[in-house]
Amino acid sequence: MAKRYETVIGLEVHVELATATKIFCGCSAKFGGAPNTHTCPVCTGMPGSLPVLNRQVVDYALALGMAANCRINQTCKFDRKNYFYPDNPQNYQISQLYLPICHDGFLEIRTASGKKKIRIHEMHMEEDAGKLIHDEWEDCSLVDYNRSGVPLVEIVSEPDMRNAEEVIAYLEKLRLICQYLGVSDCKLQEGSMRADVNLSVMEAGSGKLGTRTEMKNLNSFKAIARAIEGERERQIELLEEGKCVQQETRRWDDNKEISYAMRSKEDAKDYRYFPDPDLPPVVISGEWLARIKERQPELQEEKAERYEKEFGLSAYDASLLTQSRHLADLYEQTVSLLQQKEVAGAPKKAANWFIGETLRLLKDRGMETEDLHFTPGHLADLIVVCERGEVNNQTAKKVFGRIFDEDVEPVSYIEENGLKTVVDTGVLESIVEKILASNPKTVEEYQSGKTKVLGFLVGQVMKEMKGKAEPQTVNRLLMEKLQRGPSL
Amino acid sequence: MEIREMTALTLGCAIKSRQVGVREAVKACLDEIEKKDSTLHAFLETDEKKIYDRVKEVENGIKAGKYTGPLAGVPIAVKDNICTRNRKTTCASRILENFIPSYDAEAVRRIESAGMIVMGKTNMDEFAMGSTSETSAYGITRNPWDTEKVPGGSSGGSCAAVAADEVFAALGSDTGGSIRQPASYCGVVGMKPTYGTVSRYGLIAYASSLDQIGPVGKDVSDCAALLEASAGYDAKDSTSVLRKDLQFTRYLRQDLHGVKIGIPKEYLSEGLDEDVKRSLADAVQLMTKNGAVVEFFTLGLVDYVIPAYYIIASAEASSNLARFDGVKYGYRAEEFEGLHDMYKKTRAEGFGEEVRRRILLGSFVLSSGYYDAYYLKALKVKAMIKKAFDDAFLKYDMLIAPAAPSTAPAVGSSLADPLKMYLSDVYTAGVNLAGLPAISVPCGLDSSGMPVGLQFIGDCFQEKKIIQAAYAYEKIRGEFPKAYGKGVK
Repeated sequence: MAKRYETVIGLEVHVELATATKIFCGCSAKFGGAPNTHTCPVCTGMPGSLPVLNRQVVDYALALGMAANCRINQTCKFDRKNYFYPDNPQNYQISQLYLPICHDGFLEIRTASGKKKIRIHEMHMEEDAGKLIHDEWEDCSLVDYNRSGVPLVEIVSEPDMRNAEEVIAYLEKLRLICQYLGVSDCKLQEGSMRADVNLSVMEAGSGKLGTRTEMKNLNSFKAIARAIEGERERQIELLEEGKCVQQETRRWDDNKEISYAMRSKEDAKDYRYFPDPDLPPVVISGEWLARIKERQPELQEEKAERYEKEFGLSAYDASLLTQSRHLADLYEQTVSLLQQKEVAGAPKKAANWFIGETLRLLKDRGMETEDLHFTPGHLADLIVVCERGEVNNQTAKKVFGRIFDEDVEPVSYIEENGLKTVVDTGVLESIVEKILASNPKTVEEYQSGKTKVLGFLVGQVMKEMKGKAEPQTVNRLLMEKLQRGPSL
Repeated sequence: MEIREMTALTLGCAIKSRQVGVREAVKACLDEIEKKDSTLHAFLETDEKKIYDRVKEVENGIKAGKYTGPLAGVPIAVKDNICTRNRKTTCASRILENFIPSYDAEAVRRIESAGMIVMGKTNMDEFAMGSTSETSAYGITRNPWDTEKVPGGSSGGSCAAVAADEVFAALGSDTGGSIRQPASYCGVVGMKPTYGTVSRYGLIAYASSLDQIGPVGKDVSDCAALLEASAGYDAKDSTSVLRKDLQFTRYLRQDLHGVKIGIPKEYLSEGLDEDVKRSLADAVQLMTKNGAVVEFFTLGLVDYVIPAYYIIASAEASSNLARFDGVKYGYRAEEFEGLHDMYKKTRAEGFGEEVRRRILLGSFVLSSGYYDAYYLKALKVKAMIKKAFDDAFLKYDMLIAPAAPSTAPAVGSSLADPLKMYLSDVYTAGVNLAGLPAISVPCGLDSSGMPVGLQFIGDCFQEKKIIQAAYAYEKIRGEFPKAYGKGVK
């Protein structure tokens, strides 16, 4: 009988923090910019320059550590990791080895098989490196130090994950927390979130961990899932052939769906870590911790729970609305505006617009929730206009499309484009009469019992009204006239 | 009195009262440099055009009331490991040949905003690694007292320039004695302040946890005034200390009454030159006569100073000097195959032997498997040494010690035996490990007429005590002979 294997996975995730400036100097930490424009003597490793810690980085790392249930080292230190590479201007990276800022936490993930705690070994602060660009024309390498010194937090998990689903759930959870805290936008494609996968396989039930490999260059959740599957198969194949898995670092090629060995344990570099003498230990006072704790925003789970309780939404709707903090913020602002205007059932009504229309349009336009840029007041105004029956549903959806795309102001937009429903029954009545008069056959059919032709008549009226009528009103008027008998 | 013979403060006064013009003072220095420096080679760079541009600026600044300090208009020199904007800063290394910083060191910014004129950059041991100024990639500096002798190091250029009246004062840097030892060899006053007193921003690091910029002057008053101008909290240096007691010239008082001074017994054991010992004894007698209470005591751990110092300094240096790789600035090997070959050749060709030795030593003590046994242990020893000094300062206001076991050795006699050279830092390096302030003052001449230095060591932030004692000693000692310069006309 073939052996059964269990996969054991731990992750090292780098998250680029969304601070305005770099970790050890005042340069902009923004993504992009013309090469070497976000630089100074410090982040280009000029002689005599010295690092000065950006306290915002500590704030963010603490917020993240607290959200991930970590213990905090109230005295933490920076160490130098020494290695030569041109993207690293000092030829050492300032990181934390001996006393990282956070340790021993966990994240709870939810998968098809239920809830599970993934333990976090530690989180530490460090600086990012620059970028090397190879110039094929000149056959030379160029370096851009804009990213050099951008703050990172590395989150090291315990080997608690067993499959790709759990890994993705963990990463999604981490991303959501970062987003809610506002500490990072966590874009894998832009490299603001990077995950290295440590994976080994063991015989099911043996409890004996196998030799692990580390995989790098994973640029999307899909690539991560494929890489995990590929590496699991590769390792099992080796074991089945009676061979050993080598402890090594491998690079995943997502196009070819195979991994390559980068360097083995024997070639592992000796980083000669030692405490950075330029940076005194960071002492985090009780007040500092309290300040961060107080500032901690409501995270996704609490928010979803509140939506269920306070707004009476279903668990599913609440989870959809809280899938991004930006979306939830827009939703809550809309609700509160509607409540100010005393619209009955505001949370539910707003939820319908967000779940029905907003999410649909996002999908249609291929956009992320973060790209949403309409003013909640505009949606609230539109809902109010609908409530008053001033526009019908179809029109309202069209108007919302304009709000979604261009953030138009709905009241004046409806006015200017003459989209208001005609409530003057005098006008409507004459149109109804006109339609009945010009469709005697249909009228006859209706009166002989074929009531479903009513829909056709409604459509004719709506057409004549250019959609500016409330369908229910048209319905009611038609029925009244038709029931009065054939003597029109 | 000739201008060149004035002290910096006297000159500052003369400039203020318009007895001497800034231009005249600068001219006096340039004349001395012209006359002597082809022999001494204290300077790596002096740029007359830049100097005279600066003279104009300073003249106007003084007139406009912008520069009002006691050293406004005074020409000074800066050690070549301290960055000067738009002026070459090489650390006397080939690897930084033609390196021109785009920024000033904070200390330079401060002395320039006090109206001083930087005459040029002074020679040194390459990256401040050495005790003789002979490891410079650009030729040795000679001692103005006897050009067959070294000026000491690593701030040999700064001390020789001041001793030879080429400049009125200078900035040096002290990691294990690099200001105090050459000051002693050159018969001038040199001071290493408490760690964190002068910003290290722009000081090209040798050993970050030990490096301090400090003044070299013709007397204690000049040192106090120059330190006052260069010290101060700097947010750009995370190890900078916010202190309020930076008016060092206030402590220039001739009073030794009741001052309790300790002399570590271990400092007088084997290895100390008889002439140095005799000068020290004379100084002690003089101070006792003037009211000081001097006692011998056991400091402890003295034998561990040199090993701990060289492990920590080399470890930090191996990392600090990693950035010199031929990628961004400075020297790059001309021929290489691939990145790693470029690194290897650049660094092998760009660094001198002593620097390479310390990088290798430092890389070794930090490498996995040795870190605990060497580096971590050295840090523990450092903490114990600090504790030993702390204990001593419970009993004494200050300690005195020789600045070096001997007077200046002959040119070419030291580098062959690096270990012996390292051991000569025994009286100075402990001060750096403990972060203490210390000042070296000339206290006598040896049998061949070379100056001997006496070191006053204070507790952290107690510059005031050692400045006062050094000043008082200097006054009771009386006029010290000038470098007459065997071989220098």
